[in-house]
Amino acid sequence: MPLPLLAEHFARPPDWGVWILLYFFFAGLAGGAYVIATLVRLRGGDGPVARTGYLLAFPCVLLCPIFLTVDLGQPLRFWHMMVNTSPGGLGLNFNTATPMSLGVWALLVFGFFTFVSFLAELGLLPFLRAGVALGTLFALVGSIFGLFIAGYTGVLLSVSNQPVWSDSPVLGGLFLASGMSGAAAAIWLLGGRRGPVAAGDFEGLEVAAAYFAVLELLLLLVFFITVAIAGSLGTALRLPWTLLWLLALIGMVLPLAGLGRRGVAVDRGGAAVLTGNATLVSVVVLVGVLALRAAVIGSAQ
Amino acid sequence: MALSITPGEKYGFFTDTSICIGCKACEVACKEWNGLQSDNTVFLADSFDNTGALDAQHWRHVKFIEQVADAPTSVGNGQAWLMMSDVCKHCEHASCMQVCPTGAIIRTEFDSVFIQQDVCNGCRNCISACPYSVIGFSSASGTAHKCTLCYDRLQNNMMPACAQACPTQSIQFGKVDDLRAVAAKRLDAVQAGGAKNAQLYGADDSVYGGLNAFFLLMDKPEAYALPNASNSVLPGRNNLFGYLAALVTAALAVIAGLVALRRRTEPRPAPAAPVTPDEPAEAPDSAERPPAEEPAPARGESRRRRRSS
Ligand code: SF4
Ligand code: SF4
Repeated sequence: MPLPLLAEHFARPPDWGVWILLYFFFAGLAGGAYVIATLVRLRGGDGPVARTGYLLAFPCVLLCPIFLTVDLGQPLRFWHMMVNTSPGGLGLNFNTATPMSLGVWALLVFGFFTFVSFLAELGLLPFLRAGVALGTLFALVGSIFGLFIAGYTGVLLSVSNQPVWSDSPVLGGLFLASGMSGAAAAIWLLGGRRGPVAAGDFEGLEVAAAYFAVLELLLLLVFFITVAIAGSLGTALRLPWTLLWLLALIGMVLPLAGLGRRGVAVDRGGAAVLTGNATLVSVVVLVGVLALRAAVIGSAQ
Repeated sequence: MALSITPGEKYGFFTDTSICIGCKACEVACKEWNGLQSDNTVFLADSFDNTGALDAQHWRHVKFIEQVADAPTSVGNGQAWLMMSDVCKHCEHASCMQVCPTGAIIRTEFDSVFIQQDVCNGCRNCISACPYSVIGFSSASGTAHKCTLCYDRLQNNMMPACAQACPTQSIQFGKVDDLRAVAAKRLDAVQAGGAKNAQLYGADDSVYGGLNAFFLLMDKPEAYALPNASNSVLPGRNNLFGYLAALVTAALAVIAGLVALRRRTEPRPAPAAPVTPDEPAEAPDSAERPPAEEPAPARGESRRRRRSS
């Protein structure tokens, strides 16, 4: 029986470029931000981290279908992803064999959850506000879709016959962990910009970011091992993609080296503030999240 | 006698590469019938090949594979020039069909694999899946294209244009079962003639469940850049483990998040005295200060944290 991971590739690259890269990036941020916000609320937090997470997720999700549609050869047929237009075709398209089909539906559903949570965060839906059981339940269900959106893009690449992509089954996990890292960094940047913060909230985020980075590093290691076993490591690591892999690696290591220990300081008035150092680390993490996806997408094509 | 092509039967090609002379009549006939654009022909420095590969404008492509021996040998031994008219294989287990999210790729009443141009939205997922590098994207139409097995001709009892044009009958069209019988006999004859490496490719179900367009090759499939039986894998093979890895990661990330974010509830000492941060923050906004029950880190604690880093 052939090893499932060993494959010689003769497939042509699909020429997925910058739009798909941006989609993968913002999908990761959206899913990660929503999940982090929900986890903070679950732990009883009601500070800027959760608020920023929910306020960030919706605009990010809003960008996703735009990028996806622009990338299509026939953008006005974007709805063919959902509606079967074949003669005699019945109803809706739902092809469980391809993450692209599942992802479109998940994006639609997740868009609904992020929109409602966005409104709730603006105070427009009091029955879903923080602390209300219905709101918690709603966010929990939404988070399942958030996790899916953050990770399925990696599975989508794996479900192909391309070198590198199809040589490792952990791309979905890697993108999910990286989406969580990126979302933590984005929340840090946006939520901590306006002076004093709830220090405890952000300290928790520092530690979470470090955990996500550990997860990313482990998955990156497994990714390289599986790709090496399949014989595609040379393809994955060729120039110029090596530089992007390095950037991605720096974005994973820095939260372990710096963010977890330097993020929160105290100002003259005794209020907690975020340090400039942590801000810089957050920017590097976000660049790393983008670089990881660019390296994966680009090196295989 | 007019050809009778019956819907519901399996039709395909048997391409016998042992008698291909590389004339490219198939390429030309295909282009003419299907109205495919001509090339800006360039010198590829690749034997007699000047069209390069199968793509949106080339639904037949003649491969020229020069196998020259490293050391001198006797006349007639050791040198080979393989020619193969390549085409969509109309796979029984078609990778392209498996991943098409719009349902644009269908199996016709002749068991061929067909891309509906008015349904395809140009997502290119099929291109990343086809293991034979058959499908190409046309920026003119914004859709994916490949051999249709001359669907329109079949519906009118005409054989595909390439098979009709092939002067050596290297490309034969017919019912797949009939073609398999012809191919088996031909293989015996070729092997009896001394070509020990000759083999059928795709005539049985070892490659993608069987190919409706199958071949008699003069060497192993890898020599023609074709996946062999152990490499003929479908993209969907990664669904299970892909989602499983994502699920495990999701579980770990949620646990990590819950554990990490628990920290904020740990009691911290109240601030003893104000201190200036390394990097000054913007003007404090009293409305956003931490609530009394969540005091900010103490001066000493904050300093220790910065020094230790
Ligand atoms: S050869 Fe490629 S395009 Fe043709 S049916 Fe098989 S997978 Fe599809
Ligand atoms: S490019 Fe067209 S045929 Fe190919 S997968 Fe997308 S919708 Fe289907």
